[in-house]
Amino acid sequence: MGRHVLVIEDEPNIVAAISYILARDGWRVSTHGHGGDAVEVIRRAAPDVVILDMMLPGRSGLEILQALRADAATQGVPVLMLTAKGQPRDRDLAERCGADRFLSKPFANTDVLASVRALAGG
Amino acid sequence: MARSALTGTRIRERRMLRGMRQADLARAAGVSPSYLNLIEHNRRRVGEALLARFAAVLGVEVEALAEGAEAALFGGLRDAAAGAQGAPAPEIDRIEEFVGRFPGWAALLAALQGRVAALERTVERLSDRIAHDPHLSATLHELLSAAAAVRSTAAILAESEDIDPAWRARFHRNLHADSERLGEEAQAIVRYLDAAAAEDGRLATPQEEFEAWLAAQGHHIAALERSPAPAPEALVAGAAELATAASRAMAVRFLQRYARDARALPLAAFRAAVEELGPDPGRLAQRFGAGLPAVFRRLASLPGSGRPGERRAGPVGLVVCDGAGALTFRKPAEGFALPRFGAGCPLWPLYQALARPMTPIRGMVEMAGRLPLRFLAYAVCEPVQPAGFDMPQVLEASMLILPAGSAGAPGAAEAAQPAGPTCRICPRAACPARREPSVLIEPG
Repeated sequence: MGRHVLVIEDEPNIVAAISYILARDGWRVSTHGHGGDAVEVIRRAAPDVVILDMMLPGRSGLEILQALRADAATQGVPVLMLTAKGQPRDRDLAERCGADRFLSKPFANTDVLASVRALAGG
Repeated sequence: MARSALTGTRIRERRMLRGMRQADLARAAGVSPSYLNLIEHNRRRVGEALLARFAAVLGVEVEALAEGAEAALFGGLRDAAAGAQGAPAPEIDRIEEFVGRFPGWAALLAALQGRVAALERTVERLSDRIAHDPHLSATLHELLSAAAAVRSTAAILAESEDIDPAWRARFHRNLHADSERLGEEAQAIVRYLDAAAAEDGRLATPQEEFEAWLAAQGHHIAALERSPAPAPEALVAGAAELATAASRAMAVRFLQRYARDARALPLAAFRAAVEELGPDPGRLAQRFGAGLPAVFRRLASLPGSGRPGERRAGPVGLVVCDGAGALTFRKPAEGFALPRFGAGCPLWPLYQALARPMTPIRGMVEMAGRLPLRFLAYAVCEPVQPAGFDMPQVLEASMLILPAGSAGAPGAAEAAQPAGPTCRICPRAACPARREPSVLIEPG
């Protein structure tokens, strides 16, 4: 079994595409589509990498990220942030909240794959 | 009475028409010839009593000397003077002399003032739209999400030759669905931006579509005043303003409530009660045993005076907000500007009512503007549905807005709460309730 990536994203077709490219690269992929209980899901799953959308129903990706960084059990988990807001200030905000990498939508599959590999290897 | 329109010139014209000498008119009116000369050259203002004496001597109505088509010109010049900053201040007391001696410059200045006012309104509208436009933000987010799904899926299909047939079929389906969604979102955003670029009154969000439709009805739905009333769905079908399913749903919900109000407060009886009691919602609610929000809605739905068959809304304004303060219904009263997006002024009685459910609140409000206008506001907040043990209480506040004249008008002595439309476009610099800077105030 490969290393584990947890995708927190509410857009089902984006989830399908990311899951496929990661699985084909040998990753074990699980997914979750709601922000409300995302912190608990991440804590239980203890993945090697989290791909986190910024705009989620229930709780925003930034709030989830801050909660992860405030918890000793999850503060070290690498997070790749996805967002439809590609402004520099959004990137700064995500990085200040503790994002390790940041990709704007629409992103290239190769960038997702490269980011996940880099985060898992780091 | 307005005496702004070159009264002196009119007196001179009337005198000469009668073949009267200046000295004769001066003597008959009880002033010196030299003073009349100054008046006739618009270098002195004429009081009410003296104007009446001139009119009597010249055998004309006072209005013939006092009123004129130049009223708009004087109004424009006064607006320009009111907006002037720095020294020296415009000589407002010599405005008639200025118009009399330099009519071309005066007309140009008034026209430029009109242009400035129109541009300020455009700036307010566009700033408001850009700063507070959740619809635009949500649509762009949807657009980019759909684009991301298309790009990722298409790349997989283009770059992989060994895809499992089931996955391939799934990606094809996803691609088809996302490309359709992308097209719809792109069209929606183009429609929206087209509307933004056009004149005021073009449609954009579902709420704006609904409000434009309701304004076109004059805020009065005559069909629902009859019995039996037609189904609300029939009334919105085919309405050009209601271009989206969302705006049609809003209109149907509005009409359902309108029909309930019309049954509880029938038009003829309600109108008779308003004539007898005045537009006092408290007394009207007692007369009919009805809730205040329903009385507010009925007052706001009374048709305005106009030609037969003309759909003109009455002068009464109404705003409704939900428990979060978001405006869910807006019928403006003239001079009481309502924001297109987001919440209104925190000092409106509407929000005081929201903080104190079930407590009716009445207050005089003075709206910011070049000509401050006063409005009598009645507000109340009530649950929108019967209380239950297993559901949240959903509150709704309503505020009725009755024009109360200009700040200096007789009867406007009551203390008034200074207020504005919304912080972003409010000129009150020292407001304790300000939540964000105004585009109308230079940063100091």
